[in-house]
Amino acid sequence: MSAPFLAGSRRGGATLGAALALSAMLAALAEPVRPSFGEAVPPDLFATGLYADPATRSVDPAHLAFSPQYPLWTDGAAKRRWISLPPGTRINASDPDRWLFPAGTRFWKEFAFDGQPVETRYMEHLGEGRWVFAAYEWSADGQDAPLAPERGRAGAWPLQGGRAHAIPGRSDCRVCHGSGPAPVLGFSALQLSPDRDPAAPHAEPLPAGAVDLAALVERGLVEGVPAGLAPRIPAADPVERAALGYLHANCGHCHDDRGALADLGFDLAHGLDDATPAVRATAFGVTLKDPPAGLPEGVGLRIAPGAPEASALLHRAGSRDRLLQMPPLGTALVDEEALALLARWIANQPRAEDPAPHIEGDLR
Amino acid sequence: MMFLKAVATMFLGLSFILLVALTSNGLVAQQVDPVARGEYLVNTSGCHDCHTPWALGANGPEPDMSRALSGHPADLQVDAQPELSEAWVWAGNPTNTAYAGPWGVSFTANLTPDPETGVLRDMSEAQFVDTIRNGRHKGQGRPILPPMPWPAYRNMTDEDLGAIYAYLKQVPSIRNAVPEPLAPVQ
Ligand code: HEC
Ligand code: HEC
Ligand code: HEC
Repeated sequence: MSAPFLAGSRRGGATLGAALALSAMLAALAEPVRPSFGEAVPPDLFATGLYADPATRSVDPAHLAFSPQYPLWTDGAAKRRWISLPPGTRINASDPDRWLFPAGTRFWKEFAFDGQPVETRYMEHLGEGRWVFAAYEWSADGQDAPLAPERGRAGAWPLQGGRAHAIPGRSDCRVCHGSGPAPVLGFSALQLSPDRDPAAPHAEPLPAGAVDLAALVERGLVEGVPAGLAPRIPAADPVERAALGYLHANCGHCHDDRGALADLGFDLAHGLDDATPAVRATAFGVTLKDPPAGLPEGVGLRIAPGAPEASALLHRAGSRDRLLQMPPLGTALVDEEALALLARWIANQPRAEDPAPHIEGDLR
Repeated sequence: MMFLKAVATMFLGLSFILLVALTSNGLVAQQVDPVARGEYLVNTSGCHDCHTPWALGANGPEPDMSRALSGHPADLQVDAQPELSEAWVWAGNPTNTAYAGPWGVSFTANLTPDPETGVLRDMSEAQFVDTIRNGRHKGQGRPILPPMPWPAYRNMTDEDLGAIYAYLKQVPSIRNAVPEPLAPVQ
């Protein structure tokens, strides 16, 4: 009596299971689907906790000011930056090129033109490598700083030549910050080195009270950094040092050997362990992978040593044509000071066709 | 007992009907096969409308499927922007592959896997997904111009965008070097 009953119920159970699986599948099909870019962000800058007193705009003294030695060019904007680490936490620097920040870490970066704050960008680590990105746009009277639109704001501040500064959209934050292995771009051992490069384009003097690598180590805020570390880009001369630093900060977050564009085989980032610049191997005399429209006739190499005019890198960094310009976003004006530095550095390199100095006897 | 049996039979019948319904309209195939899902999405999201050149068919202009997804034909040279009256903002050409507007002139990309002229030739799946999500070439480069509806397609899930990529990577290759966009007239 019991056996058929069991068998029957088992059969019924199996059918029920199949039906449930099917309805689960249907439910999954019916569920509204949204891609993951719609993270909740604080509605205005004051809600991010930057200021101790929003009325007077005095920055919370618990936050630490910092200034990377090689800043990003943003059409000449003056920038101020702060980091906040949750009390009692430390940064893990065991990978010197990829610091890991504790959950709850916050960064702010304020952009001002002509003495007027225009936008403040914000990053917050939610944990497990998930970061929130947001930009807040300042009202003309400097009283309010609401969240900028998701797609950004074109024409946020007028610049010379009829151009204008644009506040990047939230997906554009990730285009730069999400490309390489580390989303934090300006708070690293090289960028905070106490051995600051005096020739870096647009170098800022360390702001009063700002922390550098030595201060972080001393306060026990970073672990895995040997005391006294002061990284410096090894270079033949000061021009080369500044040029490599500029490329690292302004191009290396996209053009590196680990990120989304690694397949290009074009490395402008400086790894702390690099004995020789990766740019030599991946750009000097290297043919362009994909020559874009608008390059002058005969420009086919990424960098033609000794020949700035034949180097695509300079043409692309010196253009603001949307097809040609590098970086592809984030600026409306060419960085003339940096362009001159890069041209000088390339001109200093021995031309490929120059006969390599060698001694006859060595050949045998 | 009888009741249980009846319920069981009912469920069996119901799930069979569901199964038939799902397989006959391709939903099951789409769930298990990204290429089938990708084909469905490409066919229903209008990709052919712009990326397959139009020609005169039996019922007037329609996408010429012998050139499916190969983009603006290289031999159809466009070198100037049309003059538009104040009332109009943008214009399209007869193959519906070239568009003039405030952005200059844009030409639809060759979406076939041609190793020399296909736009996906050096694009990984992740870069394709980011291209649609961010509206930038390779996900990180120059902005993608109108009227490519990436602001609509960016709402697709990663799975759906991956399925479109999988489908496009296996359609017949067509060699067609699409021209670069023209700059807007100042
Ligand atoms: C063109 C590339 C680019 C874009 C676009 C960009 N950033 Fe950055 N950002 C950088 C670089 C490079 C640095 C470090 C150098 C510096 O601060 O000058 C940086 C620094 C920062 C910092 C300080 C922390 C850090 O990583 O050093 C914050 C906060 C920040 N950006 C937020 C944003 C937000 C939010 C957006 C989008 C609204 C955005 N950024 C868009 C390149 C970019
Ligand atoms: C936001 C990401 C990003 C940044 C930042 C960036 N690039 Fe690029 N770059 C790209 C992409 C994407 C390509 C490939 C598509 C193309 O050629 O437009 C590229 C291509 C290039 C190429 C052509 C490589 C080849 O072999 O075809 C050069 C040269 C170049 N970039 C130089 C630079 C320089 C110099 C900088 C800094 C001043 C820079 N890039 C900053 C994204 C970036
Ligand atoms: C309304 C017309 C239109 C429709 C519909 C359309 N596209 Fe496009 N697409 C364009 C145009 C125009 C371009 C070229 C834009 C440019 O050069 O900046 C383009 C470019 C592209 C590119 C190249 C992006 C790059 O990296 O340069 C891809 C990939 C693409 N489309 C995929 C699709 C897919 C997949 C669909 C359907 C889901 C689709 N398009 C539907 C007009 C369209």
